[in-house]
Amino acid sequence: MTWSEMQPLLSQGIIDTLYMVLWATIVSVLGGLPLGLLLVLTDKGGLLQNAVVNKVVGVIVNIGRSLPFIVLLIALIPFTTLVVGTFIGPSAMVVPLAIGAIPFFARLVETAVREVDHGLVEAAQAMGGGVPTVVFKVLLPQALPTLISAVTTTVIVLVGYSAMAGAVGGGGLGSVAVNYGYNRFETNFMLITVAVLIVLVTVVQLIGDGAVRLLARRGRTS
Amino acid sequence: MRPADTNRPALDNSDGNPVITTTGLTKVYDSRGREVTALDGVDLHVREGEVFGVIGQSGAGKSSLIRCVNLLERPTSGTVTVDGVDLTALAGRGQRASKELRAARSRIGMVFQHFNLLSSRTVQGNIELPLEILGVSGKERSRKALELLDLVGLADKAKSYPGQLSGGQKQRVGIARALAGDPKVLLSDEATSALDPETTRSILQLLRDLNQQLGLTVLLITHEMDVVKTICDSAALMKRGRVVETGTVAELLATPGSELASELFPVTGHATGPGRTVVDVTFQGEAASQPVISQLSRTYNIDISILGAAMDTVGGKQIGRMRIELPGPYEENVVPIGFLREQGLQVDAVEDADEPTDVPAQIPALVKENAK
Repeated sequence: MTWSEMQPLLSQGIIDTLYMVLWATIVSVLGGLPLGLLLVLTDKGGLLQNAVVNKVVGVIVNIGRSLPFIVLLIALIPFTTLVVGTFIGPSAMVVPLAIGAIPFFARLVETAVREVDHGLVEAAQAMGGGVPTVVFKVLLPQALPTLISAVTTTVIVLVGYSAMAGAVGGGGLGSVAVNYGYNRFETNFMLITVAVLIVLVTVVQLIGDGAVRLLARRGRTS
Repeated sequence: MRPADTNRPALDNSDGNPVITTTGLTKVYDSRGREVTALDGVDLHVREGEVFGVIGQSGAGKSSLIRCVNLLERPTSGTVTVDGVDLTALAGRGQRASKELRAARSRIGMVFQHFNLLSSRTVQGNIELPLEILGVSGKERSRKALELLDLVGLADKAKSYPGQLSGGQKQRVGIARALAGDPKVLLSDEATSALDPETTRSILQLLRDLNQQLGLTVLLITHEMDVVKTICDSAALMKRGRVVETGTVAELLATPGSELASELFPVTGHATGPGRTVVDVTFQGEAASQPVISQLSRTYNIDISILGAAMDTVGGKQIGRMRIELPGPYEENVVPIGFLREQGLQVDAVEDADEPTDVPAQIPALVKENAK
């Protein structure tokens, strides 16, 4: 294959991957953030202590975490078809990607929020703050650097998942690598795809680390 | 900010209204099936405008007590009344604080040992947080925050982050934040325990100034006797979840055998020989400035030895204890002792019997040390 043949395939692959990862990240954050918070708040000694809710959410998250993504991908085909109308293509892949990443992100949120010093929660309560104050003015702002790291990690996991999605007709760089690199023995194409993925992950990590550093700096002596 | 109350009642006749009252306050924790009693029927009365110190060792229940006062911890039984409001009645059921309780809390300031400032906000942002909770508008919040920063002497640090401040400065921010809701009562949870002695003094001075300028009632818990000595008008000693002694510093000193008084003013010394009388003399107020010892010596023509003494200023008053020795047995010294009592001093005879028990107790300790 010549470069002029590969180039449009590669461009489309990158666009599809970015599309899937972007939307799946947005949905995962919107879904995982409340779940993670709920896990902390409903835990024993939490502000909204509720053993039943905590157990139920915990079990759901654990089920989501324990299924291998490729299995989830196939198991969700009927659901994906119901939501999007098809189970092939980048748009359809957003559904299993997000459902796969929500529990993962929720656990990361849980860890990040738990790290916030309980004294700060106590201080907000002593000022007369209720649960919304504690969540939006204490827990989330204080956990922000860790939460950004969590988003970075989730994006990178989603890049990996999206490549797997490519194997079952999801499109993106994964499809390109499987269809051309593997099935047609285009080794060069495979190598280029790998290089693009490495660059993509590196850029995501750099942006994430930069944001964390920017936030962390204000806490230190300048 | 309320104007300074110049007509503040003198400290020694503080019959002021109780601002904080706890009755039969009990807190039992369930620790893996075992019940641990942190508070065991605590009755506390903190009068308006006073600085009240609760002292005790760690595990005595001080921390549970102060957390029960604003119901950060729910007492198992008993009531807490702050500024006429029965907080325990407002608590509501379950873990969540009712709206009424939250409103009451916003009128009670609290400062913490580890400051508990948000590292994600500037100094000004930290002070604005309680104002945000109260629903104060942005402009007013910033005005009030800067005014409070000025009050605690950190006007130039508004835009700094807590991470850029020293411990003492952080605690000043903590105090400014606690004052944002114009509280009548300030709770201080070991506010100086993480600070060095010099910073401790300056923070205590600030609390004292606020107490006097704003008429702020301060309830503080501490494990440092120096804190009580420096700023407290009244104190309570806690042991194993109970208040074992309580009263104004003057009352405590006037209580024979008071553990707090002897901790505040430790005097030691033993009779130089048999057949002598050893007494502890406690001075306070007027009597502290009278030359009573030389008067006693001249009036009765006796030689007096001073075995030990501790003098200090407590809550702005000269207070002291002195252990003196008079010649002859107690029976012969009834008249001079009566003279001292007439001068308004408190005189307690010291039983000499504890001397021999002290000495052998020390010897094994020395032997042990040498054996190492």
